[in-house]
Amino acid sequence: MSGAGAPDTSIVSAEPAHAPPPTSVDARGVVVRYGRVTALDGVDVHVPVGGSVALVGESGSGKTTLLRCFNRMVDPQEGRITIGGGDVRNQPVEALRRRIGYVPQDGGLLPHWNVQRNVELVPRLLGDTDARSAAAAALALVGLPAETYAARFPHELSGGQRQRVALARAIAARPPLILLDEPFGALDAISRADLQRAFEGVRTATSVTTLLVTHDLAEAARLCDEMIVMRAGRVEQRGRLAELRAAPATTYVADLLARALAGAKRLWGEGDR
Amino acid sequence: MTARTLRRLLLALAAVPWAGVSLAAQEARVHGTGAPSPVVVASKPFGESYLLCELFAQLLETHGISVDRRPGLGATEVAFGAIRSGAVDVYPEYTGTGLLAILHDTLADSLSGDARAVYAHVARATTERYGARWLPPLGFENRYAIAVRRETAARFGLRTLSDLARAGGLLTGGLTADFIGRPDGLLGLQRTYGLRPRAVKPLAPGLKYQALAAGAVDFIDGYSTDGLLAKYDLVVLVDDRHFFPPYQAAALVSARLAGERPAAIAVLTLLSGRLDEPMMRALNRRVEVDGEDVRAVAADALRSLGLARGAGAAAQPSASSAGGLAGYLWTRRATIGRLTLRHLLLVVAALAAAALVAVPLGLALERARRSAEPVLGALGVLQTVPSIALLAFMIPLLGVGVRPALVAMWLYALYPIARGTFTGVRDADPAAVEAAEALGATPRQRLLLVRLPLAAPVIMAGIRTAAVITVGAATLAAFIGAGGLGEPIVTGLALADTRLVLTGALPAAALALLVDGGLALVERRVTPAHRRRVRDHSASSSTPSPAAMRPTTLA
Repeated sequence: MSGAGAPDTSIVSAEPAHAPPPTSVDARGVVVRYGRVTALDGVDVHVPVGGSVALVGESGSGKTTLLRCFNRMVDPQEGRITIGGGDVRNQPVEALRRRIGYVPQDGGLLPHWNVQRNVELVPRLLGDTDARSAAAAALALVGLPAETYAARFPHELSGGQRQRVALARAIAARPPLILLDEPFGALDAISRADLQRAFEGVRTATSVTTLLVTHDLAEAARLCDEMIVMRAGRVEQRGRLAELRAAPATTYVADLLARALAGAKRLWGEGDR
Repeated sequence: MTARTLRRLLLALAAVPWAGVSLAAQEARVHGTGAPSPVVVASKPFGESYLLCELFAQLLETHGISVDRRPGLGATEVAFGAIRSGAVDVYPEYTGTGLLAILHDTLADSLSGDARAVYAHVARATTERYGARWLPPLGFENRYAIAVRRETAARFGLRTLSDLARAGGLLTGGLTADFIGRPDGLLGLQRTYGLRPRAVKPLAPGLKYQALAAGAVDFIDGYSTDGLLAKYDLVVLVDDRHFFPPYQAAALVSARLAGERPAAIAVLTLLSGRLDEPMMRALNRRVEVDGEDVRAVAADALRSLGLARGAGAAAQPSASSAGGLAGYLWTRRATIGRLTLRHLLLVVAALAAAALVAVPLGLALERARRSAEPVLGALGVLQTVPSIALLAFMIPLLGVGVRPALVAMWLYALYPIARGTFTGVRDADPAAVEAAEALGATPRQRLLLVRLPLAAPVIMAGIRTAAVITVGAATLAAFIGAGGLGEPIVTGLALADTRLVLTGALPAAALALLVDGGLALVERRVTPAHRRRVRDHSASSSTPSPAAMRPTTLA
């Protein structure tokens, strides 16, 4: 019944017990079309080893599609995606995905499993005999001690806690790369701050290579080294916030910056933050 | 935990169809090799047919021939179908029925009134066409008798069927389904007499006399030897145009029995010419009106005919007079227990076999969405096929007994389970399923770890629906001799014995409730924790969580 032809439960070569080093990530000339709609139109991305890059843009800009190319939830029609120099298509898709952390917008926790089992998912898929302590370590890193939270079910947690569990699940198997798809999107300000802190804690502890999708420039600036502004399936500009502000490449980037600034001003009253 | 429970449940289910197989095998062994197999003696579902069946059976037994009784087979199509396929060896039939309902024949008017000519023609044609054989007539006729209440006859001046046709527009008929559809029944009456009743209500054979006596209908189709005609003081209208062909009773035997068991044929022939109409009316009356045990009545009859050897068959002590319904049921507790167990076994076997096919089918359909609706639609159409029709259809393929009954019940159970599985798996939390995929779960793992556990309550709801349907359908399995609680129901209806009907109906109802309740517990057990606790949640907090807003079951 399982199609794909991929090996299912067991990964033949056991993963190293310790965290593999972070890896670099590249996309070259990536094109994705859905029927006549072109979602990505020749995109290049480079994230250095241990680096963090935010994909910024409005709905429909192609940022989520691009993110999903890295764990092959989307396969581009053209172009090449490499992780640590190796083409993502060179291994069974499940093996690839188990080595990439992933946090979807709504968390995507399995509702019928408690926190412990949810966080153990990827270590178990990898055949880790000590999934329990891997899960405990990951939970500690996101600020949810296992003693208190392991036995709870997702519906017994707040939205922010759920997202932190999802983050713990993404890093439990110590992947060299994690992908986050607007994980802060649906949270209130306080939960958001908690999650951002958890995220920064993870980054500090593991220096894992990171790709973050967000529509919030300020968040991108705070959490990532660099941002890539996307529009209609193309890259408008890349760089640090200061570089973008100094020389917006297009009027679109300038508009985006202006709107973010106006928002901040409304919130804080006067001046820049 | 829920996944494990589900797996255990599926494993347990996988073991159960063997119960059905062993039931069928048991049956096959009885008909297997070795000593001469028992002669399968059957009847149609009405009193006189039961009585004649029992006469055949006891007569064979007194001559040392073992017998397998299968009384109450559906109707002519079922009983004769079983004779053709060799599943039944002998049952009592009537020449008029043979002519019209089996041979679909008509005779020249000059011959159609002549009982001997009709018998000769029917016997020859049946053997030529189907190999089955009519033994010489038993000696009495049992024509259709259109009966009305005495006061109706007086009010409308009814004496003949022509009179009835004249007043027909004001009268409602309560007719057996058999009679309504047959060319020698209502259709022929309409043609010959121009009878156009105000309305026609189809009634079970066992209910029509009560319906007539209670005034629910104005005329019924009875048989001229019915004991109830006298009990209710009814008037039989004269067939003044000689429409009804002669209905001589005789044993109809299978080609196999006629060819291979001359001794059995010789024994059965001992009854030929020995039963006359007054005797049959008296015997029928004892069974249908006085509620005597068919076995005892048959034993008496054989004794009075000098056909019983020694003490004859042991007549069961009739407990009919002792106590009320509770006492009656109590004296039959052993039988009820046995029938209930068999009923349950039939239900569980059919249900488990259906789950084994329908769950994978539902899963497969979820992957092939395009074919899902056509396939489920086809299974749904099966639900609309009346059980009796489905059972009749099974006979040429599977004979009578447990096997065709199991297959029919199995077919009925497929749809709710397949639909539940399809819907449940299709609608399983898409975000959770996608997250599992993105984190490297294989399609198989996504199915076993995520989709099936999330779909479990909906699948179980389908199984519960199927279970209740199956308990009901199993009652009808008695019409093709599969046994179970339908047996006393069918017999009780045929003999107008309400208490006998309740002997089957009450345990069947209790069983339905029990099966439903038991499966409700299983359903709760396989319900994932986040849904199970919804109730506590919404009770304790005033703001419903998103989980609480989801429906707990789709039942």
